[in-house]
Amino acid sequence: MDPALTELDAERAIPAPAVGPTAWRRLGKNWSVRIGGTVLALLLLASLAAPLLGTIDPSLIDPVNRDLLPGATGEVMLLTGETFPYKFWLGTDSYGRDIYSRVLYGGRVSLVVGVTVALLSLFFGVLIGLAAGTIRWLDGVVMRVMDGLMAIPGILLAIALVALWRASIWTVIVAITIPEIPRVVRLVRSLVLSIREEPYVEAARALGTPTLALMLRHILPNTLAPLIVQGTYICASAILVEAILSFLGVGLPTDVPTWGNIMAEGRLQFQEFPHNVLFPGIFLALTVLAVNMLGDGLRDTLDPRFAKRGDRP
Amino acid sequence: MFNFLARRLLSTLPVLLIVSLLVFLMLRLTPGDPAAVLAGDAASTEQIALIRTSLGLDRSIPEQFFIWFGHLLTGDLGQSYYYKTEVTTLIGQRLEPTVSLALVTITLAVLIAVPLGVMAAWRFGGWLDKGLMAFSVLGFSVPVFVSAYLLIWLVSLKLGWLPVQGYKRLADGFGPFIRHLILPSITLSVIYIALIARVTRASVSEALTEDYVRTARAKGLPEWRVLVWHALANAAVPIVTVIGIGLALLIGGVVVTESVYAIPGLGRLTVDAVLARDFPTIQGVILLFSVFYVLINLAIDLAYLALDPRIRY
Repeated sequence: MDPALTELDAERAIPAPAVGPTAWRRLGKNWSVRIGGTVLALLLLASLAAPLLGTIDPSLIDPVNRDLLPGATGEVMLLTGETFPYKFWLGTDSYGRDIYSRVLYGGRVSLVVGVTVALLSLFFGVLIGLAAGTIRWLDGVVMRVMDGLMAIPGILLAIALVALWRASIWTVIVAITIPEIPRVVRLVRSLVLSIREEPYVEAARALGTPTLALMLRHILPNTLAPLIVQGTYICASAILVEAILSFLGVGLPTDVPTWGNIMAEGRLQFQEFPHNVLFPGIFLALTVLAVNMLGDGLRDTLDPRFAKRGDRP
Repeated sequence: MFNFLARRLLSTLPVLLIVSLLVFLMLRLTPGDPAAVLAGDAASTEQIALIRTSLGLDRSIPEQFFIWFGHLLTGDLGQSYYYKTEVTTLIGQRLEPTVSLALVTITLAVLIAVPLGVMAAWRFGGWLDKGLMAFSVLGFSVPVFVSAYLLIWLVSLKLGWLPVQGYKRLADGFGPFIRHLILPSITLSVIYIALIARVTRASVSEALTEDYVRTARAKGLPEWRVLVWHALANAAVPIVTVIGIGLALLIGGVVVTESVYAIPGLGRLTVDAVLARDFPTIQGVILLFSVFYVLINLAIDLAYLALDPRIRY
């Protein structure tokens, strides 16, 4: 089935087999998972180990080395007055900051935002979705609020939220998480509604299992596979939205090296120095592509019937 | 039929009410005093208080909501804090670029994606099919501002075929109007081509396995007629749904695309309003987009009736 197509009848989603040892073996054989996972691991490693990969301070302003083309060499002067020769692999921006170092450090922000938003929206989505799916009187109210939230274009909601608080890594994360939550809620609720009718749940209920235990022990584990898949797509979309916020000038402060910020600064002189925009852009596209491939692979191996794509601007 | 229409229209009311409540609360409960922003840095406390009273910001939150909502019902979105004009006038001025961009984009996407999807389904698993699937993963991953800059760099800077940025009104002549819209529309349409083509491929390939297609071929109809009249017509419901959803999602993409190409539309207006903490304008634009989203969903439901005679409400 096609992902976008099945999104349309998410209400009829069928519960997936739980994640087990055989699933892990199948994952290792899937090419989407292999390629996406490897690229992602490399990007993660590169951004974590940025200080060891021949980078300099990504915020170091150096008027002498302004607007260098990729591959140019120059002298870097540290704040201590110390100087040493340095090769600017990806050139410098109009403040003389090294693009290579900024791009590697920028990866940290993107990955942290992507993973945190995915975890947070899954957590709150599961919480609200379970409640709506099991507690009848709550269902109507909660789902109407979720419908309302979903009617507001996610990116506009995020832009408005982040700009009205003071922009910091946490406000950016919260602002991107809020529009994602309703999608998780709808998914969890529909899963719960169909799992609830399964014979094993009925059996557990007949044995007198309390509602809370029923939810945690019998229903929640069976929503795991679709949620993992959903989580990767949220992660990809969060990385994109963070970059968009920075790029539009409403995201993290401009002194923080993020891919969006580097591009926003580079766009002013795009005509003469396109590399300032293109290099962080390529890294951004590569990261999102890797996460999406991982998600597609997970979907195909964990549960071929389930698929869901978030809206991508 | 009439009953269905009436019920369907009524069901949009709670969603719209919740949207307006959410939009109102979101902007009122966030820190940041619009009166202080309006008054500027040099203003005294008395001046700020005066502005606050004149804007009604000194009333209680529920009171403010009912005043605001009452105005809303009469089509009055209030006055922009920043531009000092009616928000409705402001939106009216910015409507044309956004609507033109959205219409050209969706037309382009449908004209390219539907034939591509049909061809891919016709030769399922062939080179075109594989290429399309690869393109769609790529389309979902490359952010619009990255592809936008790549296109500007190639088409406008290297080849010099089209203008780099800007917008020309339709009143200034169709030639300049469309020349300025080509690149933004191509940029924005990539993701919708990916989305629509995938859904078309999935639903047409499903229709092609049906008995009536075999019958149509057996009675000697030319292949194109089988594809268009028998397969595509029966696969139309999911395709129309995804086009509708695409139109609703287009809004998010418009914000970024307008920013990159310097198009003075609603997206640009939103970003500017957010940066200036211009509450009424932000509320107005978000409400407009949300109402549009709700209406699109209504239109999709109605389109089902026309496309599939089996569906009766």
